[in-house]
Amino acid sequence: MDGAHDMGGVKGFGPVVPEPNEPVFHDEWERRAFALTVAMARPGGWNIDMSRFARENRPPEDYLSKSYFELWLAGLETLMIERGLVTREEIEAGKVLSPPKPGIKPVAPDEVTPAIRRGGPTERAPKAPALFAIGETVRTKVIHPVTHTRLPQYVRGHLGTIELNHGCHVFPDTNSLGKGEDPQWLYTVRFDGPELWGKDTDPTLSVSVDAWESYLERV
Amino acid sequence: MSDHDHDRHDHSELSETELRVRALESILTEKGYVDPAALDVLIDLYEKKIGPRNGVRVVAKAWSDPAYHARLMKDATAAIAELDYSGRQGEHMVVVENTPEQHNMVVCTLCSCYPHPVLGLPPVWYKSAPYRSRAVSDPRGVLRDFGVTLPETTKIRVWDSTAEIRYLVLPMRPEGTEGWSEQQLAELVTRDSMIGTGLPKQPSEIA
Repeated sequence: MDGAHDMGGVKGFGPVVPEPNEPVFHDEWERRAFALTVAMARPGGWNIDMSRFARENRPPEDYLSKSYFELWLAGLETLMIERGLVTREEIEAGKVLSPPKPGIKPVAPDEVTPAIRRGGPTERAPKAPALFAIGETVRTKVIHPVTHTRLPQYVRGHLGTIELNHGCHVFPDTNSLGKGEDPQWLYTVRFDGPELWGKDTDPTLSVSVDAWESYLERV
Repeated sequence: MSDHDHDRHDHSELSETELRVRALESILTEKGYVDPAALDVLIDLYEKKIGPRNGVRVVAKAWSDPAYHARLMKDATAAIAELDYSGRQGEHMVVVENTPEQHNMVVCTLCSCYPHPVLGLPPVWYKSAPYRSRAVSDPRGVLRDFGVTLPETTKIRVWDSTAEIRYLVLPMRPEGTEGWSEQQLAELVTRDSMIGTGLPKQPSEIA
């Protein structure tokens, strides 16, 4: 979806302000919100694309006014309410008002480290040969799905060059909807700065995105 | 999502979020969905074991061991796993090497994608609107915010992490470090130099 999360090239946010000696978390609640989100994914039954969409699918003013871990918390609440794990009333009341959904098994302490070290690889066996070759010129499609996508607005409709082929990977646009992994070839596509931002742009700049095959068309 | 979130929230607002998270954790625990002890393990992992010191080891080894450097550039995921770093948000790694001709910088304009096994969780600025919006359109301006100026002729290459591929920048080994051990070289590697918003320290800086 074209939401406030899609920030590439947006003006007016001001300078980047690094924080010297920044801690991993700034408050105890950030630790807990982070850990709850990670630990609820398996029992909750959602995937990474669903959780990204739950964070970004909100009005721009809401997205922009929340801190990073506030967005994680809001996304977690959405995902759990959607699946009937908790009710909005319970979250607002801050206490249990309904019985738990049956058959949910929590992540055990000794499962955490192996699960994190394993991660969730997204590469899958190819079912068809890759459509595009390294070095080939392609155009990104102009699309504006109302659902989750990973093709940023600033590259849509632009000419780029296929630079890397990463194999076939789970397709977020369908995976976020629970419509299957639909693995597709994933490419790094490089764009010249002036192609994206106009002729006055620094000619030494180039930018790449990682784009699934169905985001791209032949020219 | 701005850098100023912490300034903008007054104390009562923060407390409200704190109470909300605390209540949520007790609801989920009571319902049997989470084990608080598992949350403690998770937090400890990200605060104490998974962090930029891991990436520092990768870079220092690549600088001092040509065979490792070659393996890292060919298959970064496997070469990084040799040092026992792997998993969540680093399942598919690519290392991009800075040269006198090209400087690499990594961003995630859509969210906060970042190579956790080698760099840990991202800093606030990496997830902030100013960085995500400007890194792709004005990377030299962003570098200025970090106090870094590159020669005008150096090409700037920005990698927007829009999929599950995670990028680690291999900075250039500073001059004047001939014969340095891997441990000595590690002292020169900074987190920001592995994102591309900074450069490694010079030998004079750690003397």
